[in-house]
Amino acid sequence: MSLMTIEQRLALNTYEVDTEPHIRLKEEICRQCERQSCLYVCPAECFKAREGKISFNHEGCLECGSCHISCSREAIEWSYPRGHFGVSYEYG
Amino acid sequence: MKERFDAIVVGGGPAGCAAAYTLAKGGLAVLLVERGRFAGVKNMTGGVLYGPVLHDLIPEFWKEAPVERHVSRHVITFLSEKTSVSIDFNSAGLDQPLYDGFTVLRARFDRWFADKVEQAGGVVITGVRVDDLLWDGQRVVGIVAGGDRIPAEVVIAADGVNSVMAGKAGLGVKLSPENVNQGVKEVIKMRREVIEERFNVAGDGGAAMHFLGFCTRGVHGGGFLYTNKESLSLGVVVQLQALIENNLKSVELLEGFKAHPAVRELIKGGTTVEYSAHLVPAGGLRMVPRLYTDGLLVTGDAAALVLATGRALEGLNFALASGMAAAETVKLAKAKGDFSKETLSQYEKLLAESFVLRDLKKFEQSADFLENQRLYSLYPGLACSLAEKIFRVDGKPKKTVWQLAREEMKGKVSLWQLLRDGLAARRTI
Repeated sequence: MSLMTIEQRLALNTYEVDTEPHIRLKEEICRQCERQSCLYVCPAECFKAREGKISFNHEGCLECGSCHISCSREAIEWSYPRGHFGVSYEYG
Repeated sequence: MKERFDAIVVGGGPAGCAAAYTLAKGGLAVLLVERGRFAGVKNMTGGVLYGPVLHDLIPEFWKEAPVERHVSRHVITFLSEKTSVSIDFNSAGLDQPLYDGFTVLRARFDRWFADKVEQAGGVVITGVRVDDLLWDGQRVVGIVAGGDRIPAEVVIAADGVNSVMAGKAGLGVKLSPENVNQGVKEVIKMRREVIEERFNVAGDGGAAMHFLGFCTRGVHGGGFLYTNKESLSLGVVVQLQALIENNLKSVELLEGFKAHPAVRELIKGGTTVEYSAHLVPAGGLRMVPRLYTDGLLVTGDAAALVLATGRALEGLNFALASGMAAAETVKLAKAKGDFSKETLSQYEKLLAESFVLRDLKKFEQSADFLENQRLYSLYPGLACSLAEKIFRVDGKPKKTVWQLAREEMKGKVSLWQLLRDGLAARRTI
């Protein structure tokens, strides 16, 4: 079996994407963060670093909670998506 | 909704469904609220439901529940980069009712369970996220969901590892990268006949395979592979702290695991149809929060009721049993007409008498034992290299297994260290 990109992986799942993100970053804290654990612990790779700036895209989120537990600076305002929204598994 | 509920259960996983089903069966007015479109669509598990707990609640549940295969073969495999050594357990006894365990796919299994709640007379609402608890002073008196305030005598928090409800009540588990594992999993579609032939299982029998060592590149965690009817559940479970410390991504570990010679041939020709992730509390008893307060009980993963011993990572039965104990407590409270924490303390008594808190107590030191890096980085590799020396015939004068073992250990681990780890394992596995 060949390697899959994260985009290919996430495309296997069904999402109903909310217009409002359920997770928000405190950007001023993230900018000063050297650890950047979110880049490693997010299994959907929703966090990206570009030119030292962390960005977050909630669309592929698997709702596991790893990011807010791992953020040593409490820069992540975390909640589940509103009812009905987010990922749905067919198998689980 | 005109009805006044005795109990509201937040979360339609095994803890919530077991609680709601027990209450509905007991004739109480119960509401189960699930944020997913259906119960189960947000949930995933490695994949094995062990033991007779659900059988106590729903006798011979396997005849009607959408279980995949009963586990008829257990395999533990130690991996180094290129080699593997396995312990392979088969027993004809595993093929008989009550069986040992079943592989399950949670989107199907939990949905069935929530349907059972409805059939028993419970009200199930899906697609609604519970946002807050309703308070009367220090007492929980219902929930706030979708802008509605829904009162009840008692709320049962069954909303999983990131429990929002327990947190709002100040009973939340202190989650940290050290006490939480992340599981990522693929469901790989495969023809029934191929699974049966390849995994040496017949009929509805199935294999539960656990891996230690190179599948996590030697960091704190392990791999798993379970056979479903027409698919495989394959994944890795890794401590969050191990990912952070080593700048690792679990999806990379998963790809490496799939490419390992011991796994590659097992999944050959299969098609990945789903990718999922979830957290597992793994800190043992010391992580378990206060389990109740006035008008609120906390169950399952929300209360970190998971047993991690190195031999097993078992949560489903703990979720089921805690949900059932919570429901029995609520039935008692209803009979007394008193939902104060004094009455609800019965919940902890029930758990203390059952395997739930007894197992967690007995294996209290397992979490420390599992911190030992040698379990993941050294011993699996040693087992593999020793096996290679034992099984390879190279035409030179032979050595005894003991001599080979001493050679393999040289410079890697002292006999004293090995003895100490062995003694620690005696208490914690």
